[in-house]
Amino acid sequence: MNEISLTVDIGRLHLKKPVMGASGTFGFGREYEDFLAVHEIGAIVTKGLTPLPREGNPGVRIAETPAGMLNSIGLENPGVDAFIRDILPKIKKYHVPIIVNISAGTVEDYGEMAQKLDIVGVDALEVNISCPNVKEGGIVFGTDPRSAAAVTSSVKKHTGKTVIVKLSPNVTDISCMARAVEAAGADAVSLINTITGMVIDINKRKPLLGNVTGGLSGPAVKPVALHLVWQTAQSVKIPIIGMGGIMNGEDAVEFLLAGASAVAVGAGNFANPRAVKDVTDGIEKYMRKNNIHNLDEIIGKLEV
Amino acid sequence: MKKFFIEGCILINEKILDDVYYMLLQAPEIADHAEPGQFVHVKKNNSINFLRRPLGIAEVDKKKGTISLIYRIIGRGTAEYAAMTVGEQLSIVGPIGNGFMIKEGRPLIVGGGMGMAPLVFLAERLQEKKPLVLVGGKNEQEVFWPKYMEKYADKIYVTTDDGSLGFKGFTVQFLPKILEDNAVDDIYTCGPDIMMHSVAKIAKKYGKSCQVSMEKRMACGIGVCLGCTFTDKITGKRRKVCVDGPVFPAEEVFDYE
Ligand SMILES: Cc1cc2nc3c(=O)[nH]c(=O)nc-3n(C[C@H](O)[C@H](O)[C@H](O)COP(=O)(O)OP(=O)(O)OC[C@H]3O[C@@H](n4cnc5c(N)ncnc54)[C@H](O)[C@@H]3O)c2cc1C
Ligand SMILES: Cc1cc2nc3c(=O)[nH]c(=O)nc-3n(C[C@H](O)[C@H](O)[C@H](O)COP(=O)(O)O)c2cc1C
Repeated sequence: MNEISLTVDIGRLHLKKPVMGASGTFGFGREYEDFLAVHEIGAIVTKGLTPLPREGNPGVRIAETPAGMLNSIGLENPGVDAFIRDILPKIKKYHVPIIVNISAGTVEDYGEMAQKLDIVGVDALEVNISCPNVKEGGIVFGTDPRSAAAVTSSVKKHTGKTVIVKLSPNVTDISCMARAVEAAGADAVSLINTITGMVIDINKRKPLLGNVTGGLSGPAVKPVALHLVWQTAQSVKIPIIGMGGIMNGEDAVEFLLAGASAVAVGAGNFANPRAVKDVTDGIEKYMRKNNIHNLDEIIGKLEV
Repeated sequence: MKKFFIEGCILINEKILDDVYYMLLQAPEIADHAEPGQFVHVKKNNSINFLRRPLGIAEVDKKKGTISLIYRIIGRGTAEYAAMTVGEQLSIVGPIGNGFMIKEGRPLIVGGGMGMAPLVFLAERLQEKKPLVLVGGKNEQEVFWPKYMEKYADKIYVTTDDGSLGFKGFTVQFLPKILEDNAVDDIYTCGPDIMMHSVAKIAKKYGKSCQVSMEKRMACGIGVCLGCTFTDKITGKRRKVCVDGPVFPAEEVFDYE
């Protein structure tokens, strides 16, 4: 018997594969059609949507850093209404779970977005309370457990979908944040969002990024992300979606062992547009090699 | 437009100036589908540099299945490509973007600095329309482009900042004279932003169409990271340099005050 199952459940969300494209790095899925079979991936997590369209931050928005990159996009997106009207109908066809990432400036706006998205074709919400690149909303909610809980309850009240709360690494104690959103009804947490950082142009004596600071992602953040996932796994019972610097199957298995039930690939897609598939294949290879048939035999099985 | 994700074998990688290199790659899928103005997003395998770098497609030989890149060493990415040797593989995503729209009329190609690279491929495509070419650079050595263009161009005008070759001054100072002396309908340009902006203004004054090729920092090159977006001056819509461009009608990019 050497059947390998890669399925996993996150709340009521059933994933055929444990690897998804991370928010802001996977577009709306269709951009990857030339590189992999989009209908075969674990899930598509959309670019972060806001109640109204946003143009994002001015100036330079991308900087390469050692083993990673900074971005200061600032949640450029067409707005939730345009997403529902123009984009969702086109991406339903993949028959892959669609996780819609949402951000807002007030607790009420988070709730209103959740209600608008409580429709066929949307499979889960990822509630972004951790974007380091916008002033209003975003990270303000992600660094205070009471605000994070308030956003979570507001979203839960307005939707029947699985609610995943995306946590920030820019906090003193991530377990405290995770416990707060779990108590408020979150079905899962995802982490990490990017780590605040900066790059300086020494000739101009100016920050390279137009927004001064940006969010760090890529292999540079992996050890930090792994630690935070492991710490969170000790603190909550709800499933964890792990991300931060995943480039291949081995990286993903580390996250699974640390306690993540599924993983997402972010900046890795930019270096290798086939990364989501390669990571999935890599997990399967690891399972085959180690005679593992089920992800439950790996998830949280780190021996310390 | 389908994009390919392939390994291209390096056939030539030679220095053509202090810090400028010519790379010929075996990349049949890209050669088959490339249009002038499109670019490739490249990476050395196992590089310590995380992101790909965008480089314009300078030449295409469909029969041989090759493309060429002409690039200047700017920083750690391009320096790494310059150190690669014949037989090594370069990871390539492409061809990417919307290239130049080929118009009916007599073309004038205006290039500055490394912006000339994609214009070589454009000149080839336009050769039956007897294109005029205006190319500028710092000095005689910098203006090595005629050797790549002369087989396609009807006439090549050269400007240098120091007057060591051709007209002394900037391309844009010489442009009005070309437009007055020749019947030109459509201008195609790629180069530094300020140069293209001036070219666009002069084109408008003389009633010529003008397309510009934009350069912005990008992480993905496939339209997902939104690092390279800007607001289209005509429609007010957000556009991505990587997949909506890099070539745009000048009016969508520049103010004309
Ligand atoms: C569509 C397009 C086509 C291009 N075609 C050519 C070409 O044919 N020949 C050529 O010599 N150059 C071309 N360039 C510019 C070339 O991409 C940069 O010189 C190169 O990315 C510099 O990388 P680096 O690692 O050497 O420099 P570094 O300064 O070390 O790069 C650091 C980061 O900044 C980015 N970056 C730096 N300068 C630029 C720039 N001018 N444009 C965009 N990103 C930049 C790099 O990609 C990298 O992510 C093109 C740029 C674009 C956008
Ligand atoms: C260019 C870019 C844009 C991003 N946009 C969003 C976003 O809109 N919403 C969000 O929750 N996370 C966003 N992220 C964060 C990623 O989803 C992910 O959490 C983070 O990059 C860490 O994973 P990685 O190291 O694999 O990239 C973005 C990341 C990048 C690189």
